[in-house]
Parts: sequence; C-alpha cells; structure tokens
Amino acid sequence: MTHPLTPGVAAGRLTTEEIEANFADLHPPLDQHEAHVAADRCYFCHDAPCITACPTDIDIPLFIRQISTGQPEAAARTILEQNILGGMCARVCPTETLCEQACVREMAEGKPVEIGRLQRFATDAMMTRQGHPFVRAAATGKHVAVVGAGPAGLACAHRLAMKGHKVTIYEAKEKPGGLNEYGLAAYKTTDDFAAREVDWLLGIGGIEIAYGRMLGGDLSLDALREGHDAVFLGIGLGAVNALEMPGDAEAANAVDFIAALRQAGDLRALPVGRNVVVIGGGMTAVDAAVQARLLGAENVTLAYRRDRDRMGASKFEQDLAASKGVRIISNVMPVALEDGTMVLEYTADVDGRLQGTGERIELPADQVLRAIGQMLVPLGDLGLERGKIAVAGAGRSGIAGVWAGGDCTPGEDLTVVAVAEGRDAAEDIHAALMQA
Amino acid sequence: MADLTTNFLGISSPNPFWLASAPPTDKEYNVRRAFEAGWGGVVWKTLGEEGLPVVNVNGPRYGAIYGADRRLLGLNNIELITDRPLEVNLEEMARVKADYPDRALIASIMVPCEEAAWKAILPRVAETGADGIELNFGCPHGMSERGMGSAVGQVPEYIEMVTRWCKQNYDRPVIVKLTPNITDIRKPATAARNGGADAVSLINTINSITSIDLDNFAPEPTIDGKGSHGGYCGPAVKPIALSMVSEIARNPETRGLPISGIGGVTTWRDAAEFIALGAGNVQVCTAAMTYGFKIVEEMKRGLSEWMDEKGFARVEDFVGMAVPNVTDWQYLNLNYVTKARIDQEACIKCGRCYAACEDTSHQAIAMTPDRTFEVIDAECVACNLCVDVCPVENCISMERLAAGAVDPRTGRVVQEDYANWTTHPNNPMAPQAAE
Repeated sequence: MTHPLTPGVAAGRLTTEEIEANFADLHPPLDQHEAHVAADRCYFCHDAPCITACPTDIDIPLFIRQISTGQPEAAARTILEQNILGGMCARVCPTETLCEQACVREMAEGKPVEIGRLQRFATDAMMTRQGHPFVRAAATGKHVAVVGAGPAGLACAHRLAMKGHKVTIYEAKEKPGGLNEYGLAAYKTTDDFAAREVDWLLGIGGIEIAYGRMLGGDLSLDALREGHDAVFLGIGLGAVNALEMPGDAEAANAVDFIAALRQAGDLRALPVGRNVVVIGGGMTAVDAAVQARLLGAENVTLAYRRDRDRMGASKFEQDLAASKGVRIISNVMPVALEDGTMVLEYTADVDGRLQGTGERIELPADQVLRAIGQMLVPLGDLGLERGKIAVAGAGRSGIAGVWAGGDCTPGEDLTVVAVAEGRDAAEDIHAALMQA
Repeated sequence: MADLTTNFLGISSPNPFWLASAPPTDKEYNVRRAFEAGWGGVVWKTLGEEGLPVVNVNGPRYGAIYGADRRLLGLNNIELITDRPLEVNLEEMARVKADYPDRALIASIMVPCEEAAWKAILPRVAETGADGIELNFGCPHGMSERGMGSAVGQVPEYIEMVTRWCKQNYDRPVIVKLTPNITDIRKPATAARNGGADAVSLINTINSITSIDLDNFAPEPTIDGKGSHGGYCGPAVKPIALSMVSEIARNPETRGLPISGIGGVTTWRDAAEFIALGAGNVQVCTAAMTYGFKIVEEMKRGLSEWMDEKGFARVEDFVGMAVPNVTDWQYLNLNYVTKARIDQEACIKCGRCYAACEDTSHQAIAMTPDRTFEVIDAECVACNLCVDVCPVENCISMERLAAGAVDPRTGRVVQEDYANWTTHPNNPMAPQAAE
C-alpha cells in the first residue's frame, strides 16, 4: 500500500475500509420511527415558507403529514408531481439555504424540520418498491428534442412524455444524469443512485436517449428544429474558467477531478496529491476539496479570493469541509503555480474592487484544482444574457420553437432549479404544441 | 417541607398516590414492589367470588393511542378481574398488609348482585386486615355482560342496594367506584351516598375501541380476527374524569362526599388538579403501566415542591379549592371582555393562528406579506383558539379590556360590574322589569 504521506500524486493512500467509511452516505436514511418523529415536528404552517423557498414548490407540509399518517409512498407522489428528481434533490439540495432555512422551527429553535431527509425517506420508499407512479396521456403525435440528459433535460422530457409527446434526448456523454452522474460529491449520492433514478424516471415510457450526440458536434440546432416539433436545450456549461496566472496549465479542472471520482470503479485506484490546493469558493470547490481529503490527501487547502461570507458554498458546506480537515483560506488570489508551489496573494476590497495587498503566501501543491466557475460554450444564433442563453417566460429562447433551462440559462445553478425550469418549459411547450 | 400524609376516610397513607385496582396490583409480588417504590396505597386487583376464577383471553388485552414519538396517550384493556383463586389473593393481601402497616390496602370486590354473595366474601376480606373495600361497579367489558361491573354501576338503585349490604356486613370504609359510561354521574354518586358509602372513586374506564386494523377490518386488540370494546384510560381521559369529579363535588346531594380521583393521573400536576376539584387522594394505573412504579417519585417530589411554593402544609389544605370556581355557563360574567394579543418577539410566523381564525373562526387575525400576524380587535371574540393552536407557549395571550374601554367589536363600553345570562335582555327567561 502507498503510505499516506507518499510525496506527489499517488493512488491508494488509504485502505479499502477507510475509503468506504469516508465515502459513506453523508446523511444516512431515516428509519421509520426516526421519520415519524421528524415528521411530527412539522407545524403544518399556513402558506408555508418552506414551499415558497422550494424552487419546485413542493407541498412540503402535505408530504410530511402523509409520512406521519403512514403513507410514505403517497408522500413521494406529492413530491414527484412537482419534482420528478425529488429523490436526488433530497440528497443534494442545499436545504440549509432553501426549505430548511425558511422552516419556522429554524427561526424558533435553530433546528429546522429535517425536510431533506424526510423527502428522501418518502422517495426511497417509492423507489424501493419499483414501478413508476405516473401514467402517460394518449399519444399526441408530437415529437420533441431535448438536448442534454441532465436534471433540466430529464425533468422536461418526463413532463412531456407524461403529456403524451414522444421525446428524444440527445446526450453528449455515454451516460445520462448530467451533473447528477458526473458532478456532485460521491457521499451525497451513494449506491449509483443517479443511474437508478434515471432508469426509474424513464419508466414513464416514450423517452428515447441518443448517446454520444453533442450540439455543435454532429448535431445542429437547425437540424433539430427541422426534425422535431420543438426543441429544449438543457445543456451544461462546457468550459471551465482559467486561472489568470503563470502555471495555469499545470492545474486541472475540479469538475474533471469530481467526474473521474464519480466514475471510478475503485476509489483506491484514483491518484490524489499529498498536498492539494483548490481555487474557488463554490459548491464545486468544496466537493473537490472534501473528496481530495477523503481520498487521503494530507493537506487540502481551499483558497477563496473574498470573505468567507461571500463564498458560494453554504455555511453548512464550509463547516463540512472544515470538519473533514480542509483548511479554508479566504481573501487570497492565485498568483502563480511553479515547481509544485502555489503562490497566493492576500486581497483587499478597495472601493468595491478586489486588489492584491502585496503580501504573499506559498503552499506546497502537488495538485491544483480550478473551481472558479464554468462558462457556456457559445451556440450559434441564440441570444445571450450574462454569458448564458437568454430566455423569457418559461424558458423561451429568442428562436421560435426553442426552449432552454438549467445551467445554460441565467439563474442559480442548482439541480432543483434545473428541474423546475425543465418542468415549466415542458408545460409551455405542451401548451404551444396543443394550440398549434 | 410539605407533609404529604393523607388521611382518607380515616385510612392513613404516607402520600395521596394510590395504585388503582388494575393489573399492577394483581399479586403480592407487584404490590411489594409498589410499596418499596414509595406508593402510598394500593387498591388490590378486583376479587371475584369463591370458586373457579374467571379466565382472561390468551391473546392481546391492551390497545393504545399514541401522540408524538409513540408517547402513550390512551390505553384500552379487555382484561377481567383477577383470574387467580380468591384464597391466594386473600392470603397475599394479609401478608402484605402485615408487612406494610403504614400503607393503605383496599380490597376491590365484584361479586354477583345477590346479598348472599356479598355476605360470603366480606368477612373473609375483613380477616385480611385490609383498610377498606372498593366496590367495582365500573368495569365496562366482560363482567358487565354477566350482570356485574358497569351493569350495576349504570343502575343507581342497584348501587344503593349493594352499598347498603356492604355497610351492613362490613365495618370498615366502603368506597364505591363509579363508571363514566352513564349520562349523569350525579345519579350513581347520589345512590352510593344514599346507600351509606363512605366515598366514591372515579372514573373507571370508558367504553372504547382504540382503532381498527384496516387490513383485517377488526378492532384492536384483535383476538383471532375479532375484537371487543374495552375500557379506556390514560392521559386522554383526564378531562372527562375532572369534569365528573367536579360535578359530584358541586352537587348539593353529594357535596362533601369524599372522592378518590382516578383518570389519567400521570404527573404531580394532574394529582393536584384532582385534589383541587375535591378529591382527597388519587389513584393511578396507566402512568405506572407505562413507566413503571418509579414514576411515583416524580409525583411525590413535584406535589411537595408545589405545595411548598403555595404554602400548603398538608394535602387537605387545598382539597376542593377549585370547586367554588366551577360554575354553570349561565353564571359566567358577560362583562369580562378580552382580546387576543400576539407577542411579535415570540412569534415564529407559522401562521397556524391565522389559518385557524380565518378558516374556522372569526377572521380576526390579519396576515401581512412578510408574515406578521396581528389581531383585529374589531373582529376578535376572544375565543382562545389562536392561543390553543399556537405552537409557542405564551406567544398569544388574552388581555382583558379595562372597564370604560370601548370594545371595537361591539362598540360598547366595557362595564365594571358583573352581569350574566340570567339577567341578559336577550334571555327570554330573564326576570322582566316590573311593568
């Protein structure tokens, strides 16, 4: 076995047992009694703030009440009617900044109802039993193209299929799921859940997925528009922002590190540096940093250019990183990466502009990961807004018959937001197709 | 430090907490454990007549109702009186009483409604040295089908008759245990007093079916696919028991008749409430069955603590203190005008008060887009529902409008004097002013 302190980048720093323990479920499922106790804490608020805080508007008090009356599968249906990826969202939603932050018990006691875990209890109950809860409407004869089998595309496709439309999803990669499959921390979605959830979702019928088909590659928007009654773009952000410093080429993309980890059969075979530096302050940065530690990196530093309270990652995620031994340094910017040393410079906010103070710090860095944001790879004639596809209403792009949603459109880049946008676009597409 | 010693009907016990006649008092072993744990007295599990003992079902005999986290709120049972031979029970009672002379030991009895049956058993009970007897006229299941238990307790004439037999054939205190499965508790209590009873104890259990198994469509507890109604007890029945105790305490025909309060006593506070309504002591069963005998320790310490705070040296110092404040609706002061007040600092913005008031009451709470909830005095009838549904204690309270203030709902000036329905102009029965 490689010694945990082996210099440089090496695989097998930890034992199989250590790896298994490190990558176990972050929030283990509630058992039935725990779920009933947790459900009982819900006050069934009037016009509940948690519903307002949920991007998919799940009727949270209703589904929790259904759990407490002994019907977790009915609760799951309440969830899935609004959010077909409710199982994944139960695992990966930053509930601490969404429903659970809005929970009145958070205000009252600093301890919200465990909405995320209850949602998982309900959706797990349904998915364990297999079978798909929704039924397709009669075929409409319409055929819609969905580009991207990520959360937005899948939510859109499912809703369209339910309405009786035929859907073909064009996916660039060889697996569906998008960031659910290739992004996110492994400890949030264990046991191949992303793939199982897509299989289950496709149980609605009427959805075909064509793999290895990439828009801008062998696929053109014009051709899609010609061959289908409508097009929904649920594509991801293909480009990663570079670090503007000498040595950027020596760094790697945090998203690629995470994708490799998610796809690895044996995590012990995955090489990781003894000293790892992650540049960035969002969820991707935390996911990469924590997992580097869990793979056995001795020192992992998260370097963020502004104050801690400006980080994209929630307080919960920051605390998680700290609890796993990640050192967070704020107010530093990358200056150079040379000969295994990451040079950072402290920053100060001067009249709203971030500037280097001249004071530097140097960290040993066998592996540097970039996580300072991603960009949309520009696509033909589509109008852009802040670098993303400009949309109006429920995802209507500037081109007739083309809708878009998810990370490629403005708005928060969250699974749950993507699901909401895909679902709403599907309703709009359906209305448009049925009117024609 | 308050003295918890009570002297109920001349029967002394170190505290007012007795175990009711029920499964926990069926055997010497249990009763010794109870006394070691500190219980002031026990009413032994009901004895039947000499001969072959009754039998119990061999399947489940209890059903339950739960609150949050499986907290047991109500228990239902279909167990009958003791299923052990009379002789065994009597021998055990005598031994226990001899070993615990300072504790109260009462024999509960249920035999057929014939004088001979009572004459036969009473001397044998007397021989045990028991401090008194309790007549089980309450059990609503099983025995009642054989003309005993609540079948007697539902007929005041029988109560009076059997009580009289007992008084004639037994020289120690006779307590009559009443069933709540009647329309007016004052009638059986009056009958008991007329028969010479030294006290009544109430309530026995309430006819109940706790739940239905929706797979087998059978009542719980289910015995081979069938179920029978049982007797309901536990915290859920306390309000019913308190009301019945208060009626006997207030009724001119039974006022002053000693009462042993029973029904959902779980904490010292429950006991204090029964005693304030006129009970001289309390009997406990479900709390002990749920938590074990040790629970009496909290009851004793709690009651003692509260009595010290209130300055009561002995339990009898506050017996019945709440009775004068129990009145009929028609005598409630209609000039007492209150309005709900919401403490905005304490409010957690759940909106339950709003939903309750808007949907089911008087539309007297306004809600702003930022979820601030304010009472609309012009609509508030002071019903208290908002207080009751609010999950935060003391967040919503009722504030009295001072005399001279105008009630925005009625536009009337609040009067200082007391006025009730009996003289209200809307009351057709109110005395008319002389023409």
